[in-house]
Amino acid sequence: MPYKKAEQKFSGKINVCEIGVGDAAISIGGENSLPFLGTEGFKTAVGIAISDVTDEWSDCFTTLYGDDLKNPAAFAKAAVEKSGADFLLIKLESADPNGADNSVENCVATAVAVEAAINVPLVVEGCKNAEKDAKLLEKVAQALEGKNVVLFSAVEDNYKTIGAAGGMAYGQKVSAESAVDINLAKQLNILLTQLGVKSKDIIMDVGTAAAGYGFEYVASTMDRIRLAALGQNDEALQMPIITNISNEAWGVKEAVSTIEDAPEWGDQEARGIGMEVTTASACVVGGSNAIIVRHPESAKAIKALVAGIIG
Amino acid sequence: MAVKGLDIFKLTPKTNCKECGFPTCMAFSMKAATGGVPIEKCPYISEESKELLSEATAPPMKSIKVGAGDAQATLGGETVLFRHEKTLVNKNLFAIELSDAMSDADVDAACAKLQKVNYERIGEMMFVEVVAVRFASDAAKFAALVKKVAECGKIPMIVTVDAEVAKAAVAGAGAGAIIMGATKDNAAAMVEVAKAADAVLGVSADSIEALHDLVEEIEKLGYKNLVLNVGETSVKEAYANAVDIRTAAIKGNDRSFGYPSVVFVNKLAAGNTNLQIALASAFVLRYGSIIVMEEMDFNAALPLFGLRQNIFTDPQKPMRVEPKVYEFNKPTGKDPVLVTVDFALSYFVVAGEIERSKVPAYLAIPDAGGYSVLTAWAAGKFGSTVIANFIKEADVASLTTSRKLILPGKVAVLQGDLAELLPEWEVIVGPNEAMQLPKFLRDMQA
Repeated sequence: MPYKKAEQKFSGKINVCEIGVGDAAISIGGENSLPFLGTEGFKTAVGIAISDVTDEWSDCFTTLYGDDLKNPAAFAKAAVEKSGADFLLIKLESADPNGADNSVENCVATAVAVEAAINVPLVVEGCKNAEKDAKLLEKVAQALEGKNVVLFSAVEDNYKTIGAAGGMAYGQKVSAESAVDINLAKQLNILLTQLGVKSKDIIMDVGTAAAGYGFEYVASTMDRIRLAALGQNDEALQMPIITNISNEAWGVKEAVSTIEDAPEWGDQEARGIGMEVTTASACVVGGSNAIIVRHPESAKAIKALVAGIIG
Repeated sequence: MAVKGLDIFKLTPKTNCKECGFPTCMAFSMKAATGGVPIEKCPYISEESKELLSEATAPPMKSIKVGAGDAQATLGGETVLFRHEKTLVNKNLFAIELSDAMSDADVDAACAKLQKVNYERIGEMMFVEVVAVRFASDAAKFAALVKKVAECGKIPMIVTVDAEVAKAAVAGAGAGAIIMGATKDNAAAMVEVAKAADAVLGVSADSIEALHDLVEEIEKLGYKNLVLNVGETSVKEAYANAVDIRTAAIKGNDRSFGYPSVVFVNKLAAGNTNLQIALASAFVLRYGSIIVMEEMDFNAALPLFGLRQNIFTDPQKPMRVEPKVYEFNKPTGKDPVLVTVDFALSYFVVAGEIERSKVPAYLAIPDAGGYSVLTAWAAGKFGSTVIANFIKEADVASLTTSRKLILPGKVAVLQGDLAELLPEWEVIVGPNEAMQLPKFLRDMQA
């Protein structure tokens, strides 16, 4: 009996979401199949992450970026140039009330300066304090009106402010963050759409973990979300997925331990990249439409992976 | 063709004799239909029916054993495409590749590196299981190298299309070696070699259609101990083939594709270590059974083995760490003690944050049933008595002169009880989230 392809027919389709403006704009999503298996749409965009606080970043980034590390605009420009990334994420970590507690005005100024310095779409990440992020991302949305940036991310405790300001008043894209759970992801999408944010303006941040650190939950959550969106045509889960693995990947001991801590493990930079590349690739085949990494070499490897599989 | 429980039921004696171990014929039939119990368990179904049914109820994907003795491993045998549907049963194996074209010094260096990457992670030893040896030109040297690989306790994969070379090499390869393998030009000869040595035969072809035809041809020759090469020339094709082959087996019930796969990542991304890591990661999730890399140093091993350990856990059983007292950042006998549960995810998150803080500390993990903090607490497995008993039994007081015991913030409610049970300890409520630990520990240290 000759080979006959076992087609998996899906009735659903992932939304197309455009980020950025003009020539620099990119669109993510649009696939009607599991990642890379259909005829149209799926091409993961690769983003490079920077932050306005890099004190805990491993030494290889100091070597890589030098003084630019302290100047977000220059840092952003260098990161895009070195990585060839499709978009950039700036984390406004200095806003953290439990950290530097930088003012909203200062942080907004950083985001504006970074946006002006690059020619790729921008994702603005808050400091992961729900209350502060609500104020911060609202002002970021206002200051960058017309630039079509992604506000990263709205959570259950602040989705009203971020959704209303970003998704509705200032026409930005809203990332909806949930903690590796299909039901929570769906619930937040529904809450945002009920608020009035259009589903095409929502991107899902369904959470992640570093490879080896409970990644099975991430893999299964992504599989289930994509099978529900495509197979059951569940409109509340048809948003593209954006995943920032950089903090998790560079936060585990395999990446944090210096060569003095673990001499047998060898070069620390290579270990960090390995952890990042492994985690990011696993997310890509799981269905991440946009993936964010920290090291330019990781970005290149993931771009090569995506280009290779698309062919 | 899928068989329904009712079809099997019709062939049983319907006497509910229980000799099969099931309470009723119907219960047996339903289980047999899912492949959960072999049809032969019923002594009363006729031989004819058995043959008919055992073919139809055989699992969609064969389990193939490779290697011998301690090194033996099972590949395939999967019944679902995604782990959440049930579970994935047999983890993929990792391989590196050597060749008789390499100098002795290079081979020795590669072997030394191979022996170095060998460590334990949550109760499982992590190492490269398979070594592929690719034939270049020197048959005698090639056979010697294969033999050396087998003697090192690795599963040898003999990579050549020359049946005579394979035959000579497999003689020294031990049982369960893999011969890679059969093509349309040498199939009959390779089947003879593999059969005689009871080796696993790898099958390669130019396209997925040709691969299917070749597998059918080899099956007709009477050999079903196979693994399938997903292709070495293009990433696009290799990925699509890996997915399509597995999908055909599981969803399409295509028995000719119900075999494990081999992915030569080293050929798909020669010389590019990071791209090889990326591809290996993708194939851990998407149906690579043996993944061959150019080399496997810690930068690739640590994340890839960790990923594999995650993906091939049973979703119905949470991953647990061993209950004991763990040390972080080289404590010196005067550092505080943190407590959390034995759920692997909780442990890893907490452990990671303690490491990040660079504050020396002990982490006490009692047996909390493998649940997360709040679940274990709600189930009565992480109460004050459990914690107090563990602190006493593990004699934590003798490990450190510090008497600071830090509870997860989520079980702050235990503080009072625990203070009563452990009067010599100062029970401190820690942060709610692990990510706040570094600041918490540093502040406490200050």
